[in-house]
Amino acid sequence: MKYTKKDWLLAGLTGVSLAVILLLLAVLLGQIVWHGAPVISAEFLTESPDADMISGGIWPAIYGTVFMTLLMTIAGVPVGIATAIYLSEYASPHSRIAKMVRIAVNNLAGVPSIVFGLFGLGFFIIFVGGSMDAILYDDTTPVWGKPSILWASLTLAVLTLPVVIVTTEEALRTVPREFRDASLALGATRFQTVYKIVLPNAKGGILTGVILAVSRGAGEVAPIIFCGAANFLPYLPTDLRDMFMHLGYHVYALATQSPNVDAARPTLFGTVLVLLVLTFSLNLLAVIIRARSRAAFRS
Amino acid sequence: MTLRPRRAKSKLASSFRTPLWHRVAERTIALLALAAVLAIALIFVFIAREAVPMLWEAEFAEEVQIRDLFFAKEWRGYDEPVFVWQPVGEPAKFNVMPLFIGSLKVTLLAMLMSIPLGVGCAMFIALYAPRAVREVVKPAIELLASIPSVVLGFFALMVLASWAQATFGFHFRLNAVVAAIGLALTIVPVIFTISEDAIQSVPSTLTEAALALGARKYQVALRVVLPAAIPGIAAGVVLGFGRAIGETMIVLMASGNAAIMELFDFTTSVRTVTATIAAELGEVAQGDPHWRVLFLLGVMLFAVTFVLNILGDLFIQRLQKKLTAS
Repeated sequence: MKYTKKDWLLAGLTGVSLAVILLLLAVLLGQIVWHGAPVISAEFLTESPDADMISGGIWPAIYGTVFMTLLMTIAGVPVGIATAIYLSEYASPHSRIAKMVRIAVNNLAGVPSIVFGLFGLGFFIIFVGGSMDAILYDDTTPVWGKPSILWASLTLAVLTLPVVIVTTEEALRTVPREFRDASLALGATRFQTVYKIVLPNAKGGILTGVILAVSRGAGEVAPIIFCGAANFLPYLPTDLRDMFMHLGYHVYALATQSPNVDAARPTLFGTVLVLLVLTFSLNLLAVIIRARSRAAFRS
Repeated sequence: MTLRPRRAKSKLASSFRTPLWHRVAERTIALLALAAVLAIALIFVFIAREAVPMLWEAEFAEEVQIRDLFFAKEWRGYDEPVFVWQPVGEPAKFNVMPLFIGSLKVTLLAMLMSIPLGVGCAMFIALYAPRAVREVVKPAIELLASIPSVVLGFFALMVLASWAQATFGFHFRLNAVVAAIGLALTIVPVIFTISEDAIQSVPSTLTEAALALGARKYQVALRVVLPAAIPGIAAGVVLGFGRAIGETMIVLMASGNAAIMELFDFTTSVRTVTATIAAELGEVAQGDPHWRVLFLLGVMLFAVTFVLNILGDLFIQRLQKKLTAS
């Protein structure tokens, strides 16, 4: 079709907005890689920070992030998958409960992350932890009722729940209906059909959801500020009740509370690069798995 | 007598019965499915639980009057009633208005940047871009969406702030504009994704009909596709707004965090509701009046985003109805 002047104008204007976004993204990634890459070394990745937090490595922050994310996954993923199974396999599309669950999932996805921080503090630490202390110990020093890696992980498990639910439900729905009908016709119970036919066929999509949730959870800082992240810890967390260092929190603390931000610059860029590489490689993995499982159905 | 195989006592029939553990597992799944509903309820209840005692607690009443949380007051040493947030002042002043203004300013500014950018990108991708460009851009925007907000905050603080000051000559290095640019980077993907979906889902019969009637491509884009996709774009805008007003790390790091009651000057520092909670809660004793006010801010934030989310959902439903009807 022939383009008139006005067509070119509209295409140009919308194209510029795209260019602006891509430019910002390129500058962001470029700056971080440019300043961050020279800092990365074996020592930076494997050593503890010195007491000034500026020199030394970031190993405790990497360890803490991975440990917390692992706990979060163990706590949140089974619940998310169960919800998705219920929504896609059991609930009728018009049932009130399914509608309510869907509204709740959508809203949960929109709750600000700082509100999750307040929730973790008010519910997990003060209510659950505080009650456990009151029941288990006579002492007044808190054992469970204080910030720890356990409460931070549980808070993030709630935060990432919608990601797991939405992607898993999508994965379950891509399993062709004929599979279920065939299974049921052969005399399998509904649960056997879900367990032996639907879930194995949706494995790739479910894994994608889990990985996306992990990547989201690993990068969130606001919810863990009061729930267990520590500024500086000379030891690695070994107990669920320990506090922990976290890559994102380390960036925040170092960038805003360090007495000498200029000296901290290289460490900061290095830490940001590590965090970005972690989240991007997780996302890339998710994209690859998703593409593969989709291709499997097409063939 | 009606035949009921489930209750029949014959051996053959009982072998058809669903095994007990299947039924237990199914019940468990149904119960776990309520977790999201429970989570929403718990979030509301347990944040409110820390805020509500302000209504009757003597300790709170001694230090703060609830009226002063929202209305201007002429404090000692001031000539006129003012809105001040000075939680460590003597006496402590907890007026939430400067924080609301701060949040609104940053959010509106970010929306002003990201609506044209997001909708523009979506229109370009859906209407003009060749396939090859589309296949590069969509993953790139997904990549942008997956960047943790602390990284965007760091980028705004370290790179954007210096660049903006050098370019525009801002008096304050960290200000509402810098924070808003950082925020726009998180909202553009939201608006883009939903708008692009909406534009793509406009039936091709509509555009083909318009083209057949002799409309130019830009006329089709602006008068047929865009109006048909408006509910979807509105949903993107509403959800993006909700995201922006609740975003914490970017504004905490890049907005300067000064609680100034300034309506129109966007180059001054601002302190948002979210940043206030994040920065101050760690240093407050549990049950303190300051503690209660911060949780009250949390309750309000939760309520606002809840309403915005419901609104966004409504828009999406309306879009689906509109498109299936046509």
